[in-house]
Amino acid sequence: MENIDVIIIGGGPAGLAAAIEAKKAGVDNLLILERDSDLGGILNQCIHNGFGLHTFQEELTGPEYAGRFIKELKALQIPYKLNTMVIEIKDKIVTAVSRQEGYVEYKAKAIILAMGCRERPRGALNIPGFRPAGIYSAGTAQRLVNIEGFMPGREVVILGSGDIGLIMARRMTLEGAKVKLVAELMPYSGGLKRNIVQCLDDYGIPLKLSHTVTGIDGKDRLRGVFISRVDEARKPIAGTEEYISCDTLLLSVGLIPENELSQDMGVEIEPLTSGPVVNESLETSQEGIYACGNVLHVHDLVDYVSEEAGHAGRSAAQYVKNGRPETAGKDIPLIPSDGIRYTVPRTVNADRMEETAVIRMRTDGVYKNCYLNVYFGADRVIHKKRMVMTPGEMEEITLKKQDLKAAAGLDRIIFRVEEQ
Amino acid sequence: MYDVTVIGAGVTGCAIARELSRYEVKVCVIDRCSDICEGTSKANSGIVHAGHDAATGSWKAKMNLEGNRMMKQLCEDLDVSFRQNGSLVLCFREEDKGALEKLYEKGCANGVKGLQQLSASEVRVMEPALSNKTVAALYAPTGGIVCPFELTMALAENAFVNGTEFMLETEVLSVKKAEQGYELETDKGKILTKTVVNAAGVYADVFHNMISEERIHITPRRGEYCLLDKKDGGIVDKTIFQLPGAMGKGILVTPTVHGNLLTGPTASDLSDKEAVDTSAEGLSQVLDMAKISVPGLPVRDVITSFAGLRAHEDSDDFVLGEAKGAPGFYDAAGIESPGLTSAPAIGKYIADLVVEKLGIVEKTTFIHRRKGVIHMKMCTTQEQKRLIEVNPAYGNIICRCEMVSEGEILDAIHRPLGATTLDGIKRRTRAGMGRCQAGFCTPKTMEILMRELSLEPEHIRKKGPGSELIAKRR
Amino acid sequence: MENKELICIGCPMGCAMTACMEGGEVVSVSGNTCIRGERYARKELTDPTRIVTSSVRVRGGRIPMVSVKTREDIPKNKIFECMEKIRTVTVDAPICEGAVLVHDIAGTGADLIATKSVEKA
Repeated sequence: MENIDVIIIGGGPAGLAAAIEAKKAGVDNLLILERDSDLGGILNQCIHNGFGLHTFQEELTGPEYAGRFIKELKALQIPYKLNTMVIEIKDKIVTAVSRQEGYVEYKAKAIILAMGCRERPRGALNIPGFRPAGIYSAGTAQRLVNIEGFMPGREVVILGSGDIGLIMARRMTLEGAKVKLVAELMPYSGGLKRNIVQCLDDYGIPLKLSHTVTGIDGKDRLRGVFISRVDEARKPIAGTEEYISCDTLLLSVGLIPENELSQDMGVEIEPLTSGPVVNESLETSQEGIYACGNVLHVHDLVDYVSEEAGHAGRSAAQYVKNGRPETAGKDIPLIPSDGIRYTVPRTVNADRMEETAVIRMRTDGVYKNCYLNVYFGADRVIHKKRMVMTPGEMEEITLKKQDLKAAAGLDRIIFRVEEQ
Repeated sequence: MYDVTVIGAGVTGCAIARELSRYEVKVCVIDRCSDICEGTSKANSGIVHAGHDAATGSWKAKMNLEGNRMMKQLCEDLDVSFRQNGSLVLCFREEDKGALEKLYEKGCANGVKGLQQLSASEVRVMEPALSNKTVAALYAPTGGIVCPFELTMALAENAFVNGTEFMLETEVLSVKKAEQGYELETDKGKILTKTVVNAAGVYADVFHNMISEERIHITPRRGEYCLLDKKDGGIVDKTIFQLPGAMGKGILVTPTVHGNLLTGPTASDLSDKEAVDTSAEGLSQVLDMAKISVPGLPVRDVITSFAGLRAHEDSDDFVLGEAKGAPGFYDAAGIESPGLTSAPAIGKYIADLVVEKLGIVEKTTFIHRRKGVIHMKMCTTQEQKRLIEVNPAYGNIICRCEMVSEGEILDAIHRPLGATTLDGIKRRTRAGMGRCQAGFCTPKTMEILMRELSLEPEHIRKKGPGSELIAKRR
Repeated sequence: MENKELICIGCPMGCAMTACMEGGEVVSVSGNTCIRGERYARKELTDPTRIVTSSVRVRGGRIPMVSVKTREDIPKNKIFECMEKIRTVTVDAPICEGAVLVHDIAGTGADLIATKSVEKA
């Protein structure tokens, strides 16, 4: 069994950035295991532009963004294996299978989980009706169109206005399909505003908020869907049902971090994010196991994934080189409250953290003209004006090590959305 | 000229065909669908019933008991997933205890072995997740679970290997008496046959009524189900029924042989024999009623829902045997629950009638065992290593949720009566049956189908004709 | 004087802006957080453009399609013409990221370039 200092599970944006930072922090014996035939993960099918403004100060397409990291990875001579599926992790022994190498086990000192996420399927919504061909999750359709070069259909309805749904509305339109509408269960879109403008408005595609699909017609291939308005409790309102003929329904109804491997190895999962519970070093409940990117929590922007993953890479490198640092201070819980649904990480330790720690969070609803406030115990220490906060757009707050050190007796940090 | 033509490649038709394939006889099985197991056999509870429900003396009771007894050996011979997990019928009200007692007595009269009446505390020791409103239960240790797709495929493959012909995507339009037996008109031409076995599910009354004056009438009775993630498969160990009564026949909650949790079915009588669509009311009824038995049922973990049509005959019993006024035309009609359990027994019963009629003899070459698709997931580490060593395609994982490799998909395509569609691969390998519901593996599975069957992308189908997945190349 | 509302697509923030127009000219822009917003508003209201991205078929490559984009943004009303052209293109592997696959696509002055490298099969 081969010994590897840091094994990175997944060669998408998170895995790439984590590996690069781990290598730069001095780990030479590292390995990326990627299940697909290419590095870059989902970015390979995200051929649209809009990536990298934060990281590179320019707008790149998904493949270009991935390409930058892949180039650096290759320059750093970081080893990786493609077409390799990790099937089990136990006691830091990683078992993987592949066509070319068969059944292989590696013993790792540290592991970085970077497996990404998957799309919620139709079944999770319990949409009633038949089960014909022509119902795809938006990401599957994206792969079929962009990578395989197939058009799944000609007349399209999209359920869910998350970014992938919006991007696919434009993509299908550009390829000659008629996108009849995008229905969104919530009274607001889950996607970025710019995507509503340049993917829907540009092409005159209607966005129906507070609407959902309440029926599927067509036994063999989809023939149409029923769309209904929903009330405040998101229940369909009787009498509002409308039939839309279409041969394709794309679902963009949420992403779920893919944590089966993590769960099987006993990593504690936060129910609100479906990702591992992590501390300021992005270390999970198991020592030397780190998580980053969409496996940790679903991000809106790949730039933040790369940044977060780089941090996980540095943490893993620290751990491999120096072991788990002795700390005098304790882990301070971060408490989401008053409109904040969750924070990642969930604890910080001033002794272990880098000079700053980025805390990422989402709100539980839409808030306008409000403040994002951070309290050290009862003291408000951060006070940020926000014109609008929505669950679709991740917020972040940077905590400084020196501030935490200076706050004597600090036992909790509270995050709130407040009117002032 | 065939000796026997079986209409319907569901579990009943395939069980009969497999029994007949023991004999020197020319048999064909016809189905309008493009694969085996596309009708009622693919959308049911997957339960091997103990046999306490059916009226004593009925065909249902007899075939259920016999089928239950045969199932274990059959599944061993044909490499089908089966587990005798036992079942419980829950009683929630003191005043219903009498009805539970009656069920116990009926079960004993039907010949069900090992039935026990349990107290509330005994039930909760056995199944801690059950409602604390449970006041008593009937425990049937002979109850079990089986994979209905595997069972149907296995019977069909074994029949095929033993010489049975299968004509799929062939719809029988009419059945007429002919000089020597029967003439079947199909959309692919005429078929002459000495005898006919009518195992046409919800359509069995249509064929029966074409040749017999003694009419039968089948109502499609829709049952809707919800399937939950594998992480919930251990919530209950046994199959949990509710005592039939004021709230209808009740909703069951059961682990499946593959470790998911399944709940359903509803029961609504329809007139449309094609109405396998689910309804909002039906699905919420399933989950609401399942929670009566298992209050902590994690409804957010539903990964898919589906509906099946049970073929309910007006007599409320199976219709088995030679149709009146139609010698050589054998019905296996009105096969609803416990039809899956009964299939092996019905297979034997109907085959025996045909054998007697035709006076045929057993072959010496009958192959009674069949090996299913080897699933990486079910293998030990050693076996996995060996599989990949021998065939590296087993190292290429296509479906990550169910851990299905390319090797298994190739096996599914190239084995007897192999898969030609996405659903065909799904039912033979479980690729796409997991929590992402084929989101990730669909493009990969399509690629393999194109390559192996030399298909153009626009000809890849989910199931039968008209279910093409791709409109065109870009 | 006429006010036009628009949302900036310059970055994910999506600032809601108001542009004051007079005689087809943008007089002033408000609501933007950065200079890119103002630039976008002026352009969008007088000469709207977009980058077009797609993928084109590859002959003899390790993968069947290569992702592409117009190097510069092109007039909005040329998008479909540009897509028509993209659909007719097939390129041979190997392809380097940045390689020009179509010069001056649809007469827009912009080149269509590969956004990914594709090795030979």
